[in-house]
Amino acid sequence: MSNYLILSALVFGIGIFTVITRRNAIGILLGIELLLNAVNINLIAFAFMRDNAVGMVFVLFTIAITVAEVALGLAIVILIFRLKKTVQADEVNLLRG
Amino acid sequence: MNLNAQLALWTFLLPVLAVFILTVVYPLRRAGKPAAYLSILAIGGSTLLSVWNLILVKANPVSISLKYHWLPASTGSLAYVGFWLDSISAIMLVVVSGVALAVQVYSLGYMSHESKASLGRYYTYHSLFATAMLGLVLANNLLEVYLFWELVGVCSYLLIGFWYYKPEAARAAVKAFWVTRFGDMGLIIGIILLWGNTGTFDYQEIFGLVENGQIPMGLLTLASVLVLFGAFGKSAQFPFHVWLPDAMEGPTPVSALIHAATMVAAGVYLVIRLFPIYENVPMALTILTYVGSFTALLAASLATRQADIKKVLAYSTVSQLGFMMAALGVTAQMASYFHLFNHAFFKALLFLAAGSVIHAVGTNDMFGMGNLSRKMKITSGVFMAGGLALAGVWPFSGFFSKDEILVAVAQSGNTVPLILLLLTTFLTAFYIFRAIFLAFYGPKKEEVHAHESPKVMTSPMIILAGLSLVTGWFGGDFEHVVHPGSIAEIRPSPLPWISLGLAGLGILTAWTFYQRRKTVPMALRGALAPIGRAIDKKYWLDDLYELMYANILLAFSRLIGWIDRYLVDGMVNLSAWATGQAGSGLRGTQTGKAQDYLVGVTVGLMVLIIIGLGLR
Repeated sequence: MSNYLILSALVFGIGIFTVITRRNAIGILLGIELLLNAVNINLIAFAFMRDNAVGMVFVLFTIAITVAEVALGLAIVILIFRLKKTVQADEVNLLRG
Repeated sequence: MNLNAQLALWTFLLPVLAVFILTVVYPLRRAGKPAAYLSILAIGGSTLLSVWNLILVKANPVSISLKYHWLPASTGSLAYVGFWLDSISAIMLVVVSGVALAVQVYSLGYMSHESKASLGRYYTYHSLFATAMLGLVLANNLLEVYLFWELVGVCSYLLIGFWYYKPEAARAAVKAFWVTRFGDMGLIIGIILLWGNTGTFDYQEIFGLVENGQIPMGLLTLASVLVLFGAFGKSAQFPFHVWLPDAMEGPTPVSALIHAATMVAAGVYLVIRLFPIYENVPMALTILTYVGSFTALLAASLATRQADIKKVLAYSTVSQLGFMMAALGVTAQMASYFHLFNHAFFKALLFLAAGSVIHAVGTNDMFGMGNLSRKMKITSGVFMAGGLALAGVWPFSGFFSKDEILVAVAQSGNTVPLILLLLTTFLTAFYIFRAIFLAFYGPKKEEVHAHESPKVMTSPMIILAGLSLVTGWFGGDFEHVVHPGSIAEIRPSPLPWISLGLAGLGILTAWTFYQRRKTVPMALRGALAPIGRAIDKKYWLDDLYELMYANILLAFSRLIGWIDRYLVDGMVNLSAWATGQAGSGLRGTQTGKAQDYLVGVTVGLMVLIIIGLGLR
């Protein structure tokens, strides 16, 4: 059991690291994928352990939503590219007041 | 709601409707004449309804007080609005709507040279004034009265400054507003004092408390004297009289309506309305008697040396209001009210006739007129009727009410006020006939090309002249209307003869000096010279006020201005500056980059987890 959780924590850590350090927006999106998959692993692991199918159903939902989210994220990236001619995250500071 | 209440309500609501339409439908207002007709239609309807109402009330006296909730709160309404219809307010409704109707019809002629937009504005103000004045008359509580009180003040300001491009008019409007405002401060403090100690604004509830002696005497005296300040300000009594003569810068019909017949009488009306309070406050009564009679003489003396025909009438109004106040002081409130009633008609008449002359000649200066009676037969005739009524000559209305006042003052045993008022009677006859002889008789001025005014102006004057001939005979009815059942006692007294004699003497004096052009004997002239100088300077009162204003008030204002600018604003600016500095200091942390925020979130989460683990 703990192996699954360690794997999940590792994937989550890699994902966070990617999201924070990558400058390319596509890379950041990939990192977010890793974060979500870490959560999926967790859910499967607990569902398996407690012998409960609800967790697995959740994972299916998560996967479906992830797909939508990535599509949305890529659309945003394209729009940002049109606006700023770059996909480098540190050059996008539209939130700055 | 019974018929009387409905009639009174609609008397009030018709001008409200007119002013609403004229305000909202601006093309109508800018069209001029149609706006005038709408306004006249509304006030004409009000006049009919109020006369009908008065006839009903006279046959069958009522006292209806309607109350509606206003400012609802969890503990019940904070205030009520409503109206109180009884004989007193029913009479005043007729006076206000009737004079307003006459003046508005007359204005069609007098203001015919105005542009369309300006005429529409004029009639909108007139409707607003009618609304406010009728509301003031009907009000049944002090808060409501205060609201309408200020509203008539605003209308007065707007109409005095109607020709706002004339600097004197703008100045006079501000002066009128300022001076009455000064009195109104007393009024509002008085109202708050009464409310704070009784918890009600309602007239009748306060009267009940006063009757049962539930309000401490000291407080009652203070509050009622403060309310008197408001009444003195509005009715231009000493020391607040300085605004009324300047208010003559407005159009003459406005002077007739607002500054002679109705608004300036509001102060007297308020005291009459609150008389159940005042008759229990001896000090307020003493103040009323002395201020009233002193003002009467002061203003009458000032009227004797004016060259401007409107200023003569303005001071005469102040003087007559002084008569009414003095009568209130000797608890002759009905004589006072009777005089108010008569005065409203004959003084409005005098102003309208003066307006007719000014309209024809184009100047206010009486020395620029002369022998106008040839060319303006109707105007000079009605002016003469008004003058005789003002001077108190039998059988004109002024004779009856003025003598009731004199008899009441004599019976109360106040010798000094009686002497002041008798002197005023003499001066009144003198100054009004001085005006008549200067303007309508005497040598003809070559350059004056006068013509009689159009019918639209003369017919209201003729009606008012008829009224000032007949209203005096209603004296007995008046007592009856106001005190149902009681018959006015006939009090034999030599005073009517004395006052008639004094009036005759005044007329004779005016005739000698201004018609026959007899020069004043040298000795008399020497004796009178200092008084004349003092009068020319208006007893230095205006100068004194200006001095007080320039030195005391402005210095005080500057001090407050300094404190406001550097202490109060300083503190506000300091906190604004500190906030700004803190903001720009913290600005650096907000990079606008999503990743930086995420670092913060992650680190924060980790710290929380570590703390959580540590706590376990």
